[in-house]
Amino acid sequence: MPEISLSSIGVTYSGHPALDDVSFEIPRGQFVSVVGPTGSGKSSILNVVAGLLKPTAGQVFSRGSQLTSINRDAAYMFQHDALLPWKTCLENVLLGPILRGKARFQAAKEAHLWLERVGLRGYEDRYPSQLSGGQRKRVAMAQALINRPPILLMDESFSALDVQTRALMEDKLLELWHELRATVLFVTHDLEEAIAMADRVLLLTAGPHARIKADYPIQLPRPRNIAEARFIPGFAEIYEAVWHSLKEEVMTTYEQ
Amino acid sequence: MNNSRRGAAVVLQVFILVVFIGGWEIAARNRWIDPFFFSQPSMFAARAWRWLTEPGFLLGGRTIYHHLLVTMEEMAGGLTLGVAFGVGAGFALGRSPFWSAVFNPYIQVLNALPRLVLAPVFVLLLGIDERSKIALAFSLVFFIVFFNAYRGVREVDRNILNNARMLGASEKQLAWHVLLPSAMTWILSSLHTAVGFALVGAVIGEYMAAAQGLGWIISQAEGNFDAAGVYAGLLILCAVVVVVELGVTWLERRLVSWKVAADYADYADLSV
Repeated sequence: MPEISLSSIGVTYSGHPALDDVSFEIPRGQFVSVVGPTGSGKSSILNVVAGLLKPTAGQVFSRGSQLTSINRDAAYMFQHDALLPWKTCLENVLLGPILRGKARFQAAKEAHLWLERVGLRGYEDRYPSQLSGGQRKRVAMAQALINRPPILLMDESFSALDVQTRALMEDKLLELWHELRATVLFVTHDLEEAIAMADRVLLLTAGPHARIKADYPIQLPRPRNIAEARFIPGFAEIYEAVWHSLKEEVMTTYEQ
Repeated sequence: MNNSRRGAAVVLQVFILVVFIGGWEIAARNRWIDPFFFSQPSMFAARAWRWLTEPGFLLGGRTIYHHLLVTMEEMAGGLTLGVAFGVGAGFALGRSPFWSAVFNPYIQVLNALPRLVLAPVFVLLLGIDERSKIALAFSLVFFIVFFNAYRGVREVDRNILNNARMLGASEKQLAWHVLLPSAMTWILSSLHTAVGFALVGAVIGEYMAAAQGLGWIISQAEGNFDAAGVYAGLLILCAVVVVVELGVTWLERRLVSWKVAADYADYADLSV
C-alpha cells in the first residue's frame, strides 16, 4: 500500500486550470522532490496532499484512506514564516502536541528536547521576531516534526535562507527524516537541492494544465552530505538529464 | 531619538504648558479677556483643589469623589459591555461572510448615525439614572471595538492559520490560539479610542439629564454662570483621562508583550 497516492488529480482556480490529470504514488519512507517551472502547480500538489485544497477532479489517498479534509498524518513546512508571532519558541513547538490533546507538562518536555535537537537550546523564551531567518526555520522544523508525522510536506521551505544556513538545514532534515522514517514530499525550484536530497524527482510541465512530465529515480548512495553532493559520481549525469527536460518547460513558460 | 533630544523635547513640552497657562492667567488678570467667560487658571485650579481637599465642600449634597465614582462607574459599565459585545460580534461576523453580508447595511447605518442624538432616547427608555449613561457609552464603544475585532479576525495571516490547522487545531482551538491573539493587537489599539469614547458617553449623558456625576457638575456650573466651576470640572476630567490612558497602555504591554518584543526588534535593527 503506497503512503501517498494521487489518481487523476485536477485543480482549477476559479475557472483557470492549474493541474490536469496528475497521478503518482509514493511508497512509505521515500523522499520525493517535485520540480517544475513557476506556475506549474507544485504548491497545489502539496496543498492537495495536505488537505488544505480540495481537488476539482480525482482522488487523494493518504495511508490507505481517501482524503476528505485536513490530512492528520501530514506536517507542513511552509515557504513563508508561519510561526505564531504571539507565542515564544517553546510555545510554538509545543503547540502541536497540545492541539492533539497532550498534557502541557508532557508537551513542554518534548518541546524542550526538539528545540535542543535543532540547536536552539536557550532560545525557549524568545519570540519569533527576535530570531534570525535561519533560527525561525529551525523552530518551524521542530514544530512540524514534534508530532512525529508519517508524512512531511515542504514548500520551498529553505529558499529564503543563505547558502551556508541552507546546507546545514538540509543536512539536519535528512538526519531527522532518516530517524523518523517519514515520507517526504519536497517542493523546490533548486534542481541541485532536489536531486541531492531525494530518492526520486518528479518533474512537472509548464502550467496551465500542468501534469507530470517525468519521474527520475535517484540512486545515489546515502548518507549524503548535501554541500558536496554534486561531486558524487553519477550526480552530474542525472542533473544534466533532468535539467535538459526542465529547460524545455521553463522556455515554454517564458514564451507564454 | 537620543537622550539629549528627548531631554530637549521634555523641556519644550513644559515650556509650552507654562506659556499657555501663564498667558491665560496674565490675560485674565489684566482683563484682556473677560474672566467671567474664560475664568482664570489660578481660580479654577483653586476651585478644583477645594473640591478635592475640603470634605465639607459638597456639590448637590455629595462630595466630588462621589460624583467622580459615579462617572467612572458609568464609563466602566459602558466600556465593559461595549468591548464584550463588540469583540463577540466582531468574531462572529468576521468568521461568517454570509452573516456579515446580511448585517452589513444595518451596521453601516447605525455607525453613520451620530450616536449622541441617541442620548434623549436612552433617557426616555432608561430614565435619568446611570443606566442611560451606560447605554450611551456602550453605543459609542461598541462600534469601535466591533470594527477592530472584525478586521483583526479577517486579516489573520493565512499561512499561520493553515499552519495551525496542519498542526491539528480544531475550529475552537483556531479561535483561541490564532484568531484571538491576532485580533488582540487590533482590539487593544482600539481600546485607547474606546476608553475616551466611554468617558464622552458618560459625561455627555450626565450633562444632558442627571442628578450626579462630573457632567452634571459642569452642567450645574454652566447654569449658574460659574466659569471657574466649568473649568475645574474639565480639569478633573483631564486628570481622569490621563490616568485611564496610562492604565490602557499598561494593559496593552501586558497582553501583547510579543508585539512589544517585535517593535523592539524593529527598533534594534534600525539602530545598528
